[in-house]
Amino acid sequence: MTYAIEALNVEKRYGALRALAGVSLAVAEGEFFGLLGPNGAGKTTLINVIAGLARASAGAVRVMGADVAAEYRRTRRMLGVVPQELVFDPFFSVRETLRIQSGYFGLRRNDDWIDELLHTLDLAAKADANMRTLSGGMKRRVLVAQALVHRPPVIVLDEPTAGVDVGLRQGLWQFIRRLNRDGHTIVLTTHYLEEAEELCDRIAMLKAGRMVALDSTRNLLDTFSGLVLRLRLERGALPAGLDAEVLQSEDTRFALRLRDYRALEGVLRRLREEGAAVRELELEPPDLEEVFLRVMERH
Amino acid sequence: MSGFPTLLYKELLRFWKVSFQTVAAPVLTALLYLVVFAYALGGRVRVFEQTSYAQFLVPGLVMMSVLQNAFANSSSSLIQSKISGNLVFMLLPPISYVEFFGAYVLASMIRGLVVGACVLAVTVWFVDLRLAAPGWVLVFALLGSAVLGALGLVAGIWADKFDQIAAFQNFVILPLTFLSGVFYSIHSLPAAWQAASHLNPFFYMIDGFRYGFFGASDFPPLASLAVVAVSFVLLAAATLALLRSGYKLRQ
Repeated sequence: MTYAIEALNVEKRYGALRALAGVSLAVAEGEFFGLLGPNGAGKTTLINVIAGLARASAGAVRVMGADVAAEYRRTRRMLGVVPQELVFDPFFSVRETLRIQSGYFGLRRNDDWIDELLHTLDLAAKADANMRTLSGGMKRRVLVAQALVHRPPVIVLDEPTAGVDVGLRQGLWQFIRRLNRDGHTIVLTTHYLEEAEELCDRIAMLKAGRMVALDSTRNLLDTFSGLVLRLRLERGALPAGLDAEVLQSEDTRFALRLRDYRALEGVLRRLREEGAAVRELELEPPDLEEVFLRVMERH
Repeated sequence: MSGFPTLLYKELLRFWKVSFQTVAAPVLTALLYLVVFAYALGGRVRVFEQTSYAQFLVPGLVMMSVLQNAFANSSSSLIQSKISGNLVFMLLPPISYVEFFGAYVLASMIRGLVVGACVLAVTVWFVDLRLAAPGWVLVFALLGSAVLGALGLVAGIWADKFDQIAAFQNFVILPLTFLSGVFYSIHSLPAAWQAASHLNPFFYMIDGFRYGFFGASDFPPLASLAVVAVSFVLLAAATLALLRSGYKLRQ
C-alpha cells in the first residue's frame, strides 16, 4: 500500500541534541492526521524532514511512495507546506507572491487557480496589495494559498491557527475540511486540542523526539480518558465505597472520574442507598486535553 | 518545467523594485569618485602615454561598480531571505541546488552589468573614451561579475546576520577592490606592493577590463583571463558543494 507519508525510524541530531529519536508513522491517503506534542517535542523538525527543509540523520521518509531525499523533485510536487512562522517577501504583492510560487513549481499559466484561491481564502480584494500591508490573519491565508498553488495531494499545516481569531479559524477549518473531503491528505499540528479532536481521524503524540501515542482519535479517547461526573448534593457527604476516583470535593460539590458509562449506574445506586438527594448532575464526555495530559504524564 | 526561470525573474524583480538603491545610488557614487579623483589629482598622475588620468580612471570605476554590485546582490538577497524566513518558499519547491546557484549568480551578474553600463553611459559624457578591444571588456565584465556573484552567495550562506555581511563587504570586498588598481597603475607602486597586488584576484579583473579600452595593461590580458577563469571555476565548485550539502540552509 502506498502511504501519503511514511516515516521509518527517523532520527535527527543537532550535535548532542536528539530532536527526533527514531520516529515511525504512516499516514494513509485521504486521512486527516494530527501531530501533537508540547513545545520542543519535535513536531516541526519532523515536518521539516518530510518537506526536505532538514535532512534526517538516520531513517527514511517517503511521500506518496517516493523518497524525500533521492526523489525530491517528485515528493516536493506532492507536498504543500504551511509553515508555522508568519513569513513573507516584502518586495511583492499577494498576486506576485502566488505567481512566483507557481513558477517555482514550473507552472507558468496558473492564474485561474490563483484567482480561485484568492476568492476562496477571501483575499481577492487584496490581490494587488503589498504583503507588508496585510494583517496577520491575511498573511496566514496567503501562506495557505502559497502551499496550494501547485495543487498538492498532501498538505501539511504547522500550527496554522496560532494567533488567529475565532472567526478566521472557523473559516480556515471549513476550507481545510473541504480539501480533505476532495481527497487531499491533511497533516496538522496544533496546540488547540479541541480542534484536533474535532478534525483528526488519527493522532500521533510526540514527546522529546519520541512517539508516545499513535492511534485513532476515538481509541485514544476511549483508552485514556474516563468520564467526569460533576455532582451537587442537597446535603451531606459522598457515601463511601464508590466505584470512582474523587477528583474534587468542596462542600456539597463533587467531581468524580468514572471508567465508563456503566460505572454511572453503580454510583447512582450507592447515592440512593445512602439517601443522598442529587440537586445537580453533569456528565462530561472524554476530551483530548485529558488524554494528552495523561499520555504526557505517563512518559 | 523547471523553477529556474522564475527564481531568476524573482531575483531580478527584487533589485529592480528598489532600483534607486541598487542602481542609481552606485552610479552616483562612481560619479563622485570620478569628480573627486580626476579633477583633484588629474594634473599630477600620468599612467599610460596619451591617456589622461580621467580616461584611465573610468574603466576602473565601471569595473569596480560591476564587482561590488554583483556581490551586493546575491549576498543581500540571500541574507534577507534567511533572516526574514521567506527562504522557505524557495526551499520547498523542486528547485535543484544547481538551479539555485545559477539563478542567484546570473541575477547578480545582470545587476553588476546594468550598474556598470549605467556608470559608463553617464561618465562618457565627461570623458572621451574609445573601446580598443570590446570583446575583452565583455569577457572580463561577465567573468568578474560571476566571481563576485558566487562570492556573495557564499557570504549569504555563511552569514547569520546582516552585520556579518557588512563585515565581509567592508573588510574583504572593499579593500580588495580599492587596492586592485582602480585608482592607479600598480607600476607606480613600490616593488613589494606591486608583488602584493599580484596576489589580489580583483587586480586581474580590473586590469583585463581596462585592456579592452586602451589595448594596454599592467599584465598580459590572456594571463589575467586565465586567473579570473580559474578563480571562478574554483569558487563555483566550492559554492555548489556548500549548496549541495545543505550547509546552513537545509539543516
